[in-house]
Amino acid sequence: MSERRFAEVSRESVRLMAEGAGVELGDDVAALLAEDVCYRLREATQSSSQFMRHAKRRKLTVEDFNRALRWSNVEAICGYGAQDALPFRSVKEGELFFVEDRDVNLVELALATNIPKGCAETMVRVNVSYLDGKGNLEPQGTVPTAVQSLSDDLLKYYQQITRAILGEDPHLMKVALLDLQSNSKIAALLPYFVYVISGVKSVSHDLEQLNRLMHMVKSLVQNPYLYLGSYVRSLVSSVMYCILEPLAASINPLNDHWTLRDYAALLLSHIFWTHGDLVSGLYHQIVLSLQKVLSDPVRPLCSHYGAVVGLHALGWKAVERVLFPHLPAYWANLQAVLDDYSVSNAQVKADGHKVYGAILVAVERLLKMKALSLSQSAEGHSGAHPGSVVGAASYRVNSPGLSPPPEPLSEAALGIASHLQVGGAGCHWEEWTPVPLPAMYCELYSFFGDSLAVRFSTGPGFGTHSPCTPSQLSNSRKEPPGPASNLDTTRKMPQLTANLNISPRQDGSPRTDPPPPSLSGTGSRSKSSSSCSRQRSAGLSREVFPKARFTSPQTTPPAFSFLIGGRQMGQRCQGRRPFQTMFATTPPVSAVPPRTYAHKLPVIGRVGKPVRRWTCSHYSLHLPL
Amino acid sequence: DTSLAKQKTDIKTEPSTDGFGNNNANDGRVLSASPGSGSSTGSNKQTAAVTPEDQQTLLAVLQFLKKNKLIESVEILRREAGLPENSLDPKATESAGAGSGGAAAVAEDQPDVRVVLSAYSQQGDPTLYEVYYSDLKKFIETVLDCHRAELSQVFYPLFVHMYLELVYNNHESEAKAFFEKFSGDQECYYEEDLRVLSGLTKKEHMRGNETLLDFRTSKFVLRISRDSYQLLKRHLQERQNNQIWNIIQEHLYIDIFDGMPRSKSQIDAMSGSLAGEAKREANKTKVYYGLLKEPEIELPLDDEDEEAENEEGKPKKKKPKKDSMGSKSKKQDPNAPSQNRIPLPELKDSDKLDKIMYMKEATKRIRLGSDNLPSVCFYTFLNAYQGLTAVDFTDDSSLIAGGFADSTVRVWSVTPKKLRKVKSAADLNLIDKESDDVLERIMDEKTASESKIMYGHSGPVYGISFSPDRNYLLSSSEDGTVRLWSLLTFTCLVAYKGHNYPVWDTQFSPYGYYFVSGGHDRVARLWATDHYQPLRIFSGHLADITCTRFHPNSNYVATGSSDRTIRVWDVLSGNCVRIFTGHKGPIHSLAFSPNGKFLASGATDGRVLLWDIGHGLMMGELKGHTDTIYSLRFSRDGEILASGSMDNTVRLWDVMKAFDDLETDDFTAATGHIHLQDNSQELLLGTYTTKSTPVIHLHFTRRNLLLAAGAFNP
Repeated sequence: MSERRFAEVSRESVRLMAEGAGVELGDDVAALLAEDVCYRLREATQSSSQFMRHAKRRKLTVEDFNRALRWSNVEAICGYGAQDALPFRSVKEGELFFVEDRDVNLVELALATNIPKGCAETMVRVNVSYLDGKGNLEPQGTVPTAVQSLSDDLLKYYQQITRAILGEDPHLMKVALLDLQSNSKIAALLPYFVYVISGVKSVSHDLEQLNRLMHMVKSLVQNPYLYLGSYVRSLVSSVMYCILEPLAASINPLNDHWTLRDYAALLLSHIFWTHGDLVSGLYHQIVLSLQKVLSDPVRPLCSHYGAVVGLHALGWKAVERVLFPHLPAYWANLQAVLDDYSVSNAQVKADGHKVYGAILVAVERLLKMKALSLSQSAEGHSGAHPGSVVGAASYRVNSPGLSPPPEPLSEAALGIASHLQVGGAGCHWEEWTPVPLPAMYCELYSFFGDSLAVRFSTGPGFGTHSPCTPSQLSNSRKEPPGPASNLDTTRKMPQLTANLNISPRQDGSPRTDPPPPSLSGTGSRSKSSSSCSRQRSAGLSREVFPKARFTSPQTTPPAFSFLIGGRQMGQRCQGRRPFQTMFATTPPVSAVPPRTYAHKLPVIGRVGKPVRRWTCSHYSLHLPL
Repeated sequence: DTSLAKQKTDIKTEPSTDGFGNNNANDGRVLSASPGSGSSTGSNKQTAAVTPEDQQTLLAVLQFLKKNKLIESVEILRREAGLPENSLDPKATESAGAGSGGAAAVAEDQPDVRVVLSAYSQQGDPTLYEVYYSDLKKFIETVLDCHRAELSQVFYPLFVHMYLELVYNNHESEAKAFFEKFSGDQECYYEEDLRVLSGLTKKEHMRGNETLLDFRTSKFVLRISRDSYQLLKRHLQERQNNQIWNIIQEHLYIDIFDGMPRSKSQIDAMSGSLAGEAKREANKTKVYYGLLKEPEIELPLDDEDEEAENEEGKPKKKKPKKDSMGSKSKKQDPNAPSQNRIPLPELKDSDKLDKIMYMKEATKRIRLGSDNLPSVCFYTFLNAYQGLTAVDFTDDSSLIAGGFADSTVRVWSVTPKKLRKVKSAADLNLIDKESDDVLERIMDEKTASESKIMYGHSGPVYGISFSPDRNYLLSSSEDGTVRLWSLLTFTCLVAYKGHNYPVWDTQFSPYGYYFVSGGHDRVARLWATDHYQPLRIFSGHLADITCTRFHPNSNYVATGSSDRTIRVWDVLSGNCVRIFTGHKGPIHSLAFSPNGKFLASGATDGRVLLWDIGHGLMMGELKGHTDTIYSLRFSRDGEILASGSMDNTVRLWDVMKAFDDLETDDFTAATGHIHLQDNSQELLLGTYTTKSTPVIHLHFTRRNLLLAAGAFNP
């Protein structure tokens, strides 16, 4: 054979061995012996492989070889039984190779104090793979009824984790949440955790516990090893509870349940975006229940607030679909609350301002996004997608886990969000028709007056805040000019723009209309103290509001540009990326007189103090868990 | 010299056990028209024309007879052969055997081995071997396609025998050259054997080499259609190629059939064993593969289970396990052996209770199928540094036993019920023997533990098997013994000695009492627990018996071997009734289907083959595993086959589909030339990967949950 198929023992080796034993060998004898030794070695190796196969191993051991030798009546070789590899050394001078064989000091060994521990007991442990009948492994987490017992370890884990999360020690809680978020072996415990979380209803008086439970939800949702399956529904309902319910904790105005609601809303959109595909029609159900709460005047304002932030978190299309059409009706109620200056109403009024702030934030983004989508559909799908530039620059990269909505939307143009219509059996939004942007702006402007306009005219003011803007996007379309006088208002209310930390690409791209939620942002709200009262409003139809404040957009398309700063989260206040729009060219529409009731709210947004406080709360939500 | 003794038994037992006894008759029939100039060796033998080789053979036979004190035979033979009186004198032998040089002298003390080898001493011009071989090769390459595949089968055995002849006659360099030139042409599945062969370059090495002896002691069986055979014969006659013709005559058995020559894939499916294919006659014996009728057991009337009530209506109902294919007939299966063909132990009360339990469980069984796969429960042996070598579950899945390389046998309880020993004799005297719960009272609560270790073997425990009544455990070991352990006292009761070599596997009969063992000595033995000597010895395999399995009706035993064949033996007669070839590596697992009709086998080649026992046909080939298959198990109703392998996977196969899809007509069934489809991927229902744990045992619980076991192998 051309290639050498076997290891061979050279005649020199044989002679050396013979010399070692005190025998002189002739060349021919050595050659014959060497050949025979090779053959015998091969024979022994072949028969030793049989012992290996029957021991069900892949590795041939010295033991196997010795057995083969023993069965062919050859003395076994001793001293090579060690499990670990034997170092093979060479001596340069003699061209010798040998296996290192250190002397063992038996005395030392016998008197040694560090007695080696015996091997652990051989034992049998069970591991069950459940099949769903089709041969697929049952998704982890679903607990088959057939055999289900938690191992001791899991049980212990569960107890420790729940105790840590719901306990006093914030550090422990952090650790527990972190583990919950990354542990790959807790699928079997999922139903138990979900059950714990569903306990929100029993702790509605304890804001702290609610917060912790929401964090638990977040950890579970973010755990990449968990398949939530139908448990998503249960989690969502727990989260919705925190968003919408008039929690017992909110009776005391000192309790900051708003933060909880904001957080829960973000969590909601996060769940929806990452796991929405697990339960069909989830989006729909969520939107429906939010709408129901919003249109129920009997509900307290904090519930309304929750509904608004919930809609906001679900994306601008949800706002357009639900909140915007409902606004005229709702406005009357809110107006009444805010107009009541009686002392007894102070608390309610404060809540009303909260709602007002939330609505403002929501509609602002609605306007912005809509404008953006319009400009994109107008400028065409040709070539460079303007949004993508900013998308790339924006610091939030669309994570792969964020799937497109279950029912893909039609092209972003005017947001004819088909999926809402598709599923909405019997709900009133079926007769909803998209309102053109200018009309929408006018209408909103009539509610919010300059508070709203401010959002679109912050360009100059914020330009200073974004020196490091990585890229700029300018889209053209209409726009009302921002009066310069709004500048300082802006500065005082930076929080109102805080949540626009969404890249236009994500919002503008046809298939992702609501922005993927980021748990790093919170709904902003204005701190204010005003009051509110409950009133049923006569439903005002939309026609009431003036429709066209703009001169025919068709003929002279107004232009309007955004400048999105992509600032990274840095130090506290700079953490939020400034959002600015630059309005160019188009003639001011300032001629439009704000609705009268808008003027009644001059103080909105002027409630100074909050910046720092807000930031703090922002961070508290953001515990780097 | 034990190895010699072993060879002796092999040689002697061979003819009587597996149909090789009629070799001569076959030779005469098949090779009646020998080619060439009439120098047929067969006729030479008969006329006792004293060529040197034949004389040598005769002398050896004489020597053997004399040694065994068969004086009269010696006389008769000598007279017939016309040998001189003193021919048995050693010196005379040597001079007579001069043709074979030193071999006679060396083999002085081993006459019969020399006989075996001396057949190679016939001389030809060593340099012509290559010419002969390449001439034949050229011829076969030019014949029609349909014949080429068939005739190509001749290459491998010819190659091996020619090589061995060269080696035997001390033509070392020619042998090497011959090997180098033609070894590459051989089928890849002979690689293992070729490797052994390539190491063998000296005549001295041939003695005691098992591979060589296998080749010599058994004729390599080829199945060739009549047309192809005629072609070959004519060619050899024309070329006067006696060298090759002699080899074909002496060492090959050509099984000629009428009809279409087989295709390459058909041949490849069946070849690969050490000694060629099985002869067709070897698989003609009738096999009673049906199941025995279950004894009638009255179910207790106080049972409230509605399922149980259903069963009361038909007390004669057979064990559901047995009528797996849904045929719930109460009649005796026509294919079943008579109830007392093999005497079986009577049922004890506890056995009846267990059967009732079994039936109850069976009613709750999940019906498996391609759309309803079982869940898998994996038992991982942790900290098994000593090496886990065998695992078994009890039928009711309550106990698990492991055999280890450190000679220990360990038993675990996998239910909350702990393992307890019986009290000592002194304590047993104290208990009230009349009490109802006497069986409970005899147990010593103090000894309760989750697992028990049993010491006794002095080598790795390679096979392990629970008795059906869960009172005993069998273990077979490298030390050559099979031990019977009591699971009441956790002590060894008997050590069955007889194999003298490592015993690779053992298994209890499904009815208890009997058990089978097989090992390195190439024989399987049937034992009864109360006999210290075997009741039957099944001999015929050409290499180690690696696994043994009882047929569900306890009348047959299947053995798998390193010679890459599977044999089925009749327990009653001790005869080999089936030989299945087709595996390309040592067979390490066997499983009978619950209805007794089918056999599945798994080998180191990573393939599972399915066999129809009744017809002796290959039914399917399941490819997918990438390493040795150590475990096979049919689901309780026979719908699904689970295979566990060294490649750390458990695979599930749709065997019903495999059996149904096979197209057979009368001809293919009669000849056994099944055309297998390559549909493994369709049949594979699932693959389940373990975490670095080779799967060495599989078991379906009575409710069809799949249990698997193996040792974590970090």
